[in-house]
Amino acid sequence: MVGIRKKQLGRSVSIVGTGMSQFGAYKDKTTRDIFVEAFHDMMQHMDSGIDVQDIEAGYVGNYSSDLFEGQGHTAPIIADWLGMTPTPITRIENACASSGSALREGIMAIASGLYDVVMVGGVEKMTDLPTEGVTDVLASAADGLYEVPAGFTFPGIYGALAKAHMERYETNLDHLLKVGIKNHNNGSLNPKAQFNSTIKSLMDRRVARAEERGDQLPAWKNEMDFLNDEQCNPWIAWPLRLYDCAPITDGAACLLLVASEIAGNFTSKPIEIIGTGQATGRPLHDAEELTSLSATKYAAAQAYEMSGLSPDQIDVVEVHDCFTIAEIVASEDLGFFSPGEGPRAADEGRTALDGDRPINTSGGLKAKGHPVGASGVAQVIEVFHQLRGEAGQRQLSSKDLEIGLTHNVGGTGGTCVVNIFRRV
Amino acid sequence: MQDNMVKPFNAASFYQYLREGKLMGVQCRNCGQLSAEARPMCQTCHSAEIKWFEFSGEAELGTFTCISIVPAAMAEKGYGRDNPYCSGIVILDEGPRISARILNVDTLKPQNIHIGTKMVLDLNDLEDDKPMLSFRPV
Repeated sequence: MVGIRKKQLGRSVSIVGTGMSQFGAYKDKTTRDIFVEAFHDMMQHMDSGIDVQDIEAGYVGNYSSDLFEGQGHTAPIIADWLGMTPTPITRIENACASSGSALREGIMAIASGLYDVVMVGGVEKMTDLPTEGVTDVLASAADGLYEVPAGFTFPGIYGALAKAHMERYETNLDHLLKVGIKNHNNGSLNPKAQFNSTIKSLMDRRVARAEERGDQLPAWKNEMDFLNDEQCNPWIAWPLRLYDCAPITDGAACLLLVASEIAGNFTSKPIEIIGTGQATGRPLHDAEELTSLSATKYAAAQAYEMSGLSPDQIDVVEVHDCFTIAEIVASEDLGFFSPGEGPRAADEGRTALDGDRPINTSGGLKAKGHPVGASGVAQVIEVFHQLRGEAGQRQLSSKDLEIGLTHNVGGTGGTCVVNIFRRV
Repeated sequence: MQDNMVKPFNAASFYQYLREGKLMGVQCRNCGQLSAEARPMCQTCHSAEIKWFEFSGEAELGTFTCISIVPAAMAEKGYGRDNPYCSGIVILDEGPRISARILNVDTLKPQNIHIGTKMVLDLNDLEDDKPMLSFRPV
């Protein structure tokens, strides 16, 4: 091995401000409009103002404005719409880990000494296409020569991962549903979430509608009954159902990254990046094992080593729950639970807001929404707010929060980015 | 002279062989590593000394899913909510795993499909333009 030095950043980097668009479905908005909304939100919520001209570079995660809306070369268009030309802005594409990767580019650009002030963002406008079209675009993040020709869709690959997990451990369909219920509970407390409602309230609304129409009332006693009703929760890719899948979402997220030595010019409460890791993995059929994403383990090992921390020292966690099984597997791969313990932890409520290991306080991709290129940065924004005590009704209160972690996956583990943050 | 007749190590050749009834992957001449995917370079020792390797077509089911929300190409073949299809990962007897369609299983009762089931290459449903690698229970 040539590179044997312990990996560390050339200088410390911190986040000093964040902004997010509303997540949802916006028929007449384009990629650039949605990004402007996130950027404007950030500018309005900076603790001390910033002149746009002081931003020296931008890195924007975007999976496929090309396929979703027929617009390539998105970064300079965004720069124009932000009034940021001629500042260099680069688009980063790593499927659903695009903005997690963009954040790493921003971190490295500052740590290298090249820049002091960098904007990092992510955006996806997905809802112009019908569902089949979105399915095809997302499937193009899988292997087009050997996975897609075997009929695999994106949910299909995660369905196969779920089945392997069920076979090896005692994971069952109810465990998966519990993850979705929990994330909707959290999302109901997040005003920016696409699904700002609990499964219980969705169920109650259906009962109320049936009552209004004088229809026979459904016999559901609780959310599990509702989710086990095939009419309400149809199969997508067995063993995954509709409520196991993150939705199709339009949205953008952005943040301001600066050299820590000047962070005090922008805020008295910066959030420092103390660990970062990124790794790649192979298609599931060629993966190290069928029940985990090895790239998560490698990326996490890098981030833990750089920060000098271990999983039990993390207070706030956002993981990539593009499917309910993905959250369970991530909770194991990141070292929070041992292999096979993830489903039981979800079942016992340990990952809920009031559990001993809360996961996805934002509602996760499941309830907050999953505009794929924006999700990596949106996760960081939740950690930023939680660590600063600004997460409103979903604020974790159990202890003095200091350390946060984000986990962003591209494809089915082809890319994984893990970052660790500290309240200064 | 024989080398001039060797098909290039790529997916076009893989699917051409499939049309001829053969599941052909590659083997590294240097380290012996097998791959069910046709690659021009060994991903283990990085040697480009590669040869074709014919798999027996015998395997076992590693995992699977039954897909109800289908891509446009499968919708055209009549698959969908009421008629899901099964895709899976098979573990070839020689070692490597590969993604494949799983035929002759009841996709409306996936709980009756079992990991570990012995599978065999199924070449009955090969379409000429876009052949799909398929297996079925023995």
